[in-house]
Formats: sequence, C-alpha cells, structure tokens
Amino acid sequence: MHEHPHNDPAAKTKALEALLVEKGLITSAAIDEVVKSYEEDIGPMKGAQVVAHAWVDPEYRQRLLADGRAAIAELGFTERQGAELVVVANAPEVHNVVVCTLCSCYPWAVLGLPPSWYKSYAYRSRVVREPRVVLGEFGLDLPESVEVRVWDSNSDIRYMVLPERPKSTEELAEEELSALVTRDSMIGVGRAKAPE
Amino acid sequence: MDGVHDMGGMHGFGPLEIEDDEALFHGEWEGRVLGMARLTPVHIPGGMRNAIEQLDPAEYLRSSYYEKWLHARIEGCIAAGAITREEFDATLAYYSEHPEAEIPQAQSGEKPVAAERPAATPPVPSPTFAVGDRVRARQVHPRGHTRLPRYIRGKVGEVVQVYRPQGFQDAEPLDDTVGPQPVYAVRFAGGEVWGESAEPNSCVLMDMWESYLERVPA
Repeated sequence: MHEHPHNDPAAKTKALEALLVEKGLITSAAIDEVVKSYEEDIGPMKGAQVVAHAWVDPEYRQRLLADGRAAIAELGFTERQGAELVVVANAPEVHNVVVCTLCSCYPWAVLGLPPSWYKSYAYRSRVVREPRVVLGEFGLDLPESVEVRVWDSNSDIRYMVLPERPKSTEELAEEELSALVTRDSMIGVGRAKAPE
Repeated sequence: MDGVHDMGGMHGFGPLEIEDDEALFHGEWEGRVLGMARLTPVHIPGGMRNAIEQLDPAEYLRSSYYEKWLHARIEGCIAAGAITREEFDATLAYYSEHPEAEIPQAQSGEKPVAAERPAATPPVPSPTFAVGDRVRARQVHPRGHTRLPRYIRGKVGEVVQVYRPQGFQDAEPLDDTVGPQPVYAVRFAGGEVWGESAEPNSCVLMDMWESYLERVPA
C-alpha cells in the first residue's frame, strides 16, 4: 500500500493512459512513438543546424530573421500549426534572451524539450527583472555597453536566439560550426562555444 | 487571472538550479504525459493553460511541469466528458495497488489522429499601430485566462514589430473585437517596468494583441 497513492503522478499517468486506450482514443504504441521522436529526432541539434547555416549563408540569415518559420522549413523543420518562429540575432552591442513568464513556451521545433531550469519559477520570475544577474549565474557576464533584450514569449510566437559566430571559425565547415552551437546559446543564456 | 502562474518579476524563488547533462525525462511517466498531451483527440474546455491556472495556488507551486500537464489532461478529459471522475478514481486505485500491471491494449483499432488546432482564420483586421508608435499596455485584470502579464500592465512601450494576426486567447474579450487581432512586439525599457531597481541598458519585449494596447499621445 502506498502512503499517498493519489499523489503519485506515475500511477495517475497510467490510469489516464489505460482509460484513453480502453476508450479507443489513443494507443500506447502511438505514445511510444512520440516519446521516441523526442528522444531521438527532436532536439537542439536542429536549431544548431539552422544557426550554422545562417552563419555561412548571409542570404539565408536574412530570410531566417525575416520569417523564421519559412526559413526553418527550408531545412525540413516545421513549427506546429499556428505557431510562428521569430529568430532574434545577437550582435556585439545586443544580447537577446528568451523566457515565458506565464507558462513555459519554448521553440520545440528547433530546440526540443525545454530544460528544467527554463521551466523553473526562479527563471520565469527573475530573468525579466534582473537579466544580468541571471545571465551571470549561467557564467555569462555582459558589460553595461551591451543592451540586454528579454523576450517574454506570451503569444503563439516562439523565439530563438541567433548567437554570434565565434571568432577564428572561418575555416570550419557548416557541420563543425553546428557542433559549437549550444542549446543555451539559442535560448540566450550562453554563447556559442569557441573552437578547440 | 491574477494567479500565481503570472510570476514575471516576483521575488523569492531563489537562485537558479542548473542541472548539467539533464535527462530528457525525469521519470518514464513524463514522456507518457507528453505523448498523451500531443495525441489525445479531446479538446480541453477553456484550454490547457486555463486548466493549469485553475490549480490551487499552493498545489501549482508544488507541482512539477509535467504534473501540471497531467492535472490539466485529467481534469480536461473529465470536463469534456471523455472519461468520468468515478472511473478515473477506480482506475487510479487499481494502478496504485498494482503499479506493475500492464495496460491492456485494444486488439485493433483506428490509429488515433492527433488533435489539430483549428487553422488560423484568414487575417482580416489591419493593424492600428505601426512600428515606432508609443503604446500603453492596458491596466486590466481579467478574471479568466489572459496572456497579458501583470508586470507589464499600465507600462508604456514602443512598437518594434507588427506580426501576423493571431486568435485572441483570453477567456473574455477586452473589447468588441471578434476573431484574430494584429499582434505587435512592444519594447518596454527596463526603467519603465522596474523603475529605480531596473538593471542598466535592458528592456523587456512582449507580444501584444491589439486589444491589450492603447495609444499614448505623442
């Protein structure tokens, strides 16, 4: 006998799944497929490809900043129906960072599932009020000369940050560049990695 | 609603806890909840976010992200009539007693179709505001679901982008507008939002449906 059986999310989940299966609304195999797709196919490697492509192809960069949804579709990635993707570019004097204070909206199509800290009350409450302090906790200290823009994504628009291309990467191929693009750099709490 | 979920700018939630190499799911059930949220062809009355906001505030804060999703899905399926509370409670009691029990699978069945959002209605209204306009976020306190956070209400900002129209998501209309509305990215300077405590050279940008905004005379 469990001590608090009705607060056990695993049991509740199983009960819901069993009922939905019983009623023919869903199959467990279909759920397996969704889980597998997030484990194997959907994740920040997609966003990293988008960023690396924008670094090497100035015209693609322009299209990406003008219409993110259409530009990621060029690479075969789709936002869910009804959702827009807006890509905001970092520059030497501008740093962008993304949050959703009301829930935890996140650009799943290009970044996959959000990390726990993105969904945390600390991040949601603090990054709009004290972005520099929060970025400092990620190890990113920005001088006052850099404007910090915090995007609170409260609508059906999803935001992704286009980080700056690291220095001394002129010789790298697109695939090598994409390996430098971290998830955090596309949320805006970090920079792209420097080449080794 | 002015609920605990609307936490932009609140104090007291402490430092960030950043997990290195975080697992995708922290329990197998989280993935199952995600899958059900994606696939269940049951529309949650009032929407999933609204269902989450109905949680008791203390329960909201105690619950993890996927626990909130699970709550919304259970309550939504009950509210939509897809399942009953009695059968849910009975099934829960069974799996609480028999956590290793397998879920019986239907022998055959239609492949379920994912719940599709209704396609956006063709954009009709033309935007009232233009890039560069000064606007004020309305000082309203809707009791139902809203996408206008408390910390930005009453603040003055500048339109920096005009987006394609979107369906209004609040539970109740703020004016006579029906259907999709123009949406703008509005830039609010840090000092406008946080006053003397604002960090230097910072701003908040937020998406604003047209009926959230009023013009600020030049």
